[in-house]
Amino acid sequence: MTTTTATKQRYLGDNPRFLAGLFMSPAVLYIIALVGFPFVLAIIYAFTDISTGNPELEFVGWATFRRVLADPVFREALWNTFLFAVIANVMVVVLATALAEILVRDFKGKWLVRFLVLLPWVAPVSLATITWLWTLDSIFSPIDWVLRQLGLITENMYWLGQPGTAMTSVIAVQTWRIVPLAAVIVMAGLIAIPSDITDAVAVDGAGFWRRMFQVTIPLLAPIIAVAVLFGLILTISDMSVVYVLTRGGPTNSTQVLSTWAFIKGIEGGALAQGAAVALFLLPVLIAITAIVLRLARRREVM
Amino acid sequence: MTWGDTDIQTLQRQADRRRQWGRFGLYAGAILFAFLAAFPFSWALISMFKQSNDLYVKENNPFWFNEAPTLEHMRLLFLDTNYLTFITNTIFVGLVVTAITLLIALPAAYALARLRLRWGERLGIAIFLVYLIPPTLLFIPMTRVITSLGLQESLWSLILVYPTITIPISAWLLMGFFKGIPMDLEEQAMVDGHSRIGAIARVVLPLMFPGIIAVTVFAFTLASHEFIYALAFNKSSAVKTIATGVPTELIRGDVFFWQSLQGAVILIAIPIALIFNAFLDRFIKGFTMGAVKG
Repeated sequence: MTTTTATKQRYLGDNPRFLAGLFMSPAVLYIIALVGFPFVLAIIYAFTDISTGNPELEFVGWATFRRVLADPVFREALWNTFLFAVIANVMVVVLATALAEILVRDFKGKWLVRFLVLLPWVAPVSLATITWLWTLDSIFSPIDWVLRQLGLITENMYWLGQPGTAMTSVIAVQTWRIVPLAAVIVMAGLIAIPSDITDAVAVDGAGFWRRMFQVTIPLLAPIIAVAVLFGLILTISDMSVVYVLTRGGPTNSTQVLSTWAFIKGIEGGALAQGAAVALFLLPVLIAITAIVLRLARRREVM
Repeated sequence: MTWGDTDIQTLQRQADRRRQWGRFGLYAGAILFAFLAAFPFSWALISMFKQSNDLYVKENNPFWFNEAPTLEHMRLLFLDTNYLTFITNTIFVGLVVTAITLLIALPAAYALARLRLRWGERLGIAIFLVYLIPPTLLFIPMTRVITSLGLQESLWSLILVYPTITIPISAWLLMGFFKGIPMDLEEQAMVDGHSRIGAIARVVLPLMFPGIIAVTVFAFTLASHEFIYALAFNKSSAVKTIATGVPTELIRGDVFFWQSLQGAVILIAIPIALIFNAFLDRFIKGFTMGAVKG
């Protein structure tokens, strides 16, 4: 041990504390300058009435928040964000767990299945969403074509043109996109479960469903929680799906906080109001952060 | 109690039947998921080669060619739109961002994995948490920062900002790969007279090569996916990426260039998916190792 310590001190770069500072500082500085600073700026903006037309920082206290809250569109966006996140993530958990159970097994053509199920996640999100824009087209939708052929409908569904079906579509597309990622996360957890546990239970005569609900799912719970965290953050903060599919329409019925912040702040130029709208995501984010930290700590104990 | 032959046979038969049902369920599930995931893409793959008088007839079978397929709309996509510009922009931004990411994340990951810092564990988690801060929270002040730096309507705005997305997740992945390399190797190199940095360069980095390739693919993919910043910073088509260019330029008002649009999506999505698939197992390994205590 003494020899290694002696060797370590021969060069300046061998001092661990010096090396740690040297290695860590670029990353830390980059993050502080381009995440920390804009984050503080976002909070400052929300207490001013800055806009692209009036870029002066004039503090107005809570006035901007009050204006944002008084807007019925904002309340609709807040409720939609909540609704989208909860419904989409319940579906994501169920589907991703099932998909992960399939993908850890060996079967013929597995590489093709894996390639196809990952497509929604690995294709750039705005492009993947475009394929749905056409699939849900008001006139030429292939889904409508099938339904017409089956005699289930005579008129088209206008998926994105009516509030109810537009909501359903946005939630479905969001779920479709996140399931592959969640499945990969759960898969990593499944691989980590020692197979002798599941084998032992199988030998004891437990069937598939009992094994699933009494052994696999309880063991998987922490990793499913991680998948849900990613899913929640993606559904709550992502605006690409809504923006490409409906731009929040028809008449703001699919508006969410992220699209509303973009429409207000960037397209409308009301920077302060946009920042205030986006800041409503912060409490949710902090709650999620707390859960992540708690999970991380629990794993340490184990 | 002793087992009769019939008992054993019954049990055997039950097990066989259970296994057969299991296989059936496995294939049925796999096919169903593959269908649901790929449905809109397979449909785009056919539409991109359709003639307009085939595609725009409500009664025509949308899943097959009712008229002869045509390359007309692919020609339009490459020659009459800025598609190639979007692709070059995306590749340029992706490459520079990946280079910056590796330069900054590699040393950080090494420090977190190896140097046994007093605050190392917390810093590791903190870096991971930065990844969880969504662009939605930052894009409004970020747009002002970019404007005041004079970088709006330029690819450099994206190059400056994307590392905030790629560095945290890449550092986490690289941390996992570093932990997978035995500490003894570099200690031996240091005993042999190399400095620590020399040992890293000579012994550790060559072994990290597969991990570095994986992170390169990951960071590049993330950069090519980004939508919000690209939409907020750059509005002229010469500086758009595929993520913003395709949805905004190939849809003008209510006129959709559907075949070209579908082609634009397929030609990007399939190669990215193929490459990503090849590296999937390595990604999973990196993420799981990152969570292991070093």
